[in-house]
Amino acid sequence: MFWNLPFITVVALTLIGLLTVLLKKNLIKILLGINILESAVNLFIVALGYREGGVAPIFTLAPSELMVLPTPQALVLTSIVIGVATSALVLSFAMVLHKKYGTVDIDKIRRLKE
Amino acid sequence: MTLADFIVTNAPALVVAIPLFAAFTCPAVGRISKATRNLWVMGAMLLTAAVAFILAFRVFTGGTAIYVFGAAAANLAVPLDSGGIPIRIIFTVDAMSAFMDIICAIAGVSVLMYSLSSESNNTSLDGYYTLFLLMIAGVFGMVSTGDIFNFFVFLEILSLASAGLIAYRIDGGLAVEAALKYFILSTLGAILVLFAIGIYYGQYDALNIAMIAQRMQFTMLDKIALVFLVAALAMKCGAVPMHFWTPDAYSMAPSSVTAFLVVASQASLYGLFRVVFTLYNVTLNCVIVGWIIIILGILSMVVGVTMAIPQKDVKRLMAYHAISQTGYMLLGVGVGLAVLGNAALSSAFGLMAMEGGIFHIFNHAMYKGLLFLTAGAIFYRIGTRDLNRMGGLGHNMKYTMVFFVIGALAIAGIPPFNGFASKLMIYESVYLFNPLLAIIAMVVSILTLASFVKVFHSIFMGPKLPEYADVKEAPLPMLVGMGILAAIVILFGLFPQPVVDMIVAPAAHALVDQGGYIAAVLGGA
Repeated sequence: MFWNLPFITVVALTLIGLLTVLLKKNLIKILLGINILESAVNLFIVALGYREGGVAPIFTLAPSELMVLPTPQALVLTSIVIGVATSALVLSFAMVLHKKYGTVDIDKIRRLKE
Repeated sequence: MTLADFIVTNAPALVVAIPLFAAFTCPAVGRISKATRNLWVMGAMLLTAAVAFILAFRVFTGGTAIYVFGAAAANLAVPLDSGGIPIRIIFTVDAMSAFMDIICAIAGVSVLMYSLSSESNNTSLDGYYTLFLLMIAGVFGMVSTGDIFNFFVFLEILSLASAGLIAYRIDGGLAVEAALKYFILSTLGAILVLFAIGIYYGQYDALNIAMIAQRMQFTMLDKIALVFLVAALAMKCGAVPMHFWTPDAYSMAPSSVTAFLVVASQASLYGLFRVVFTLYNVTLNCVIVGWIIIILGILSMVVGVTMAIPQKDVKRLMAYHAISQTGYMLLGVGVGLAVLGNAALSSAFGLMAMEGGIFHIFNHAMYKGLLFLTAGAIFYRIGTRDLNRMGGLGHNMKYTMVFFVIGALAIAGIPPFNGFASKLMIYESVYLFNPLLAIIAMVVSILTLASFVKVFHSIFMGPKLPEYADVKEAPLPMLVGMGILAAIVILFGLFPQPVVDMIVAPAAHALVDQGGYIAAVLGGA
């Protein structure tokens, strides 16, 4: 049970993130929802690579013990970097929209439909 | 080792490395002068296209090419001391990937040629070309990679660059709004893809597509991962019911970008086919998944064309037609998948349906790109996309009109243009599978023709309008860009059989042949 805790957290974070994206009207809050979803998937991947009692996977002068998997950590680092780029782009879109439309409420950002 | 050997060996990496390098040096080169920058960008694109053709030739003559980053030899997929596990990032270019490489190379060259003059009046062009080359690198990466996490990275590179380019012409916030819609959906899709990757890694300890395919058990978790991947990639290729971003993004992006966004969408379509055929193949329930793809295709075809007819904005109209045409590819390949488990039916019409669907990817990229470029040429000269405000342009823009007619007849599937060649293959084979589906496909083609006759009439026919009396023909680079695509549309329409035999059939066979893909990477069968 205890070792499933990270995965339960992943599910909880996913739900929180999805609900934020679907229900909130403020663009900044939607971005935060996306960031929570990204954290959920990052946590999921890191938790997959964890081995009980493992040490950090650094081979130099390491004691010959069980190590956690290094690959998921590399994946998550890449994913975090991509997440930063994503956030930066969405925030810059929000800035331009606020300048042009005077609002970041997505219900009011729908001039394309007209 | 001579230079030629070097290029042939490293071609899979070079098609991504050259545009990436050119993209990030572009702002620095742009400081020198505009002409130097244009030359630099165009040179990089031509070089990339040349390498892509060399790579494609190598794949079509010599079989699947693999490239392992950082290994002792480029084709050493499994290190000698790793116990049979491929640990490095790998590019696996089989016939299907080579097929997509050719599409991307041709579309990239003609669209970049076109944008040299279509975008020349805009500011901050350094950023435009940087993002454009990043898109090219993203598409080449997505279709070449043999590592599923690497696929996600290129998918994100492509999404980021595309969103930046859609928003590029801010247009009072409208373009940003379209880009935001596209980008939020893309990001959510990418998160789903990453979840699926986590599920595979947790079960099979592998990121290499061939390795996962070999170990595939089709457990409950794999079904969830399949749903995530199909949902995300079908959304990215603009299939109904996840198509809402497509008309907005396609109509608000600069036309040159739209023409390349078509190719970008098809890279996602490639990803969808790669997942279904290479990762899962016969382990999944082919009939159910095949029918899901067929239904997605039929919905896209019908909804796309019916939404297109009432549109007033020429690019929005074309965007709905793009959705509709994507349906044909899904239909063809879906039928191929539905009969995959049954060898008799598969050889009777399944493979032909897949060849039709795959050939349609190529044809669609060419004629749809051409149509978007003509729409862009018109917008460049008269500054509106509203069909009601156009008219009589045929007097002044004769070449553009001819290119438009070629594209419109090709999309409606009229011989002797390339759309006819692939649609005929789809009709014939799908009719054997289920006559009703073939009839729906034909009706959609007729509606497409009706819609384009109306558009043609309202843009080009009629008397000269006074406000457009001194409109000039589009500038030469734009005509050259459109001309390349138009030439291919006609050439592939006149001689479809050699094209099908040379590149389409190998691509379809490579997609079906999961064992061959695994053997090319892991060795043995």
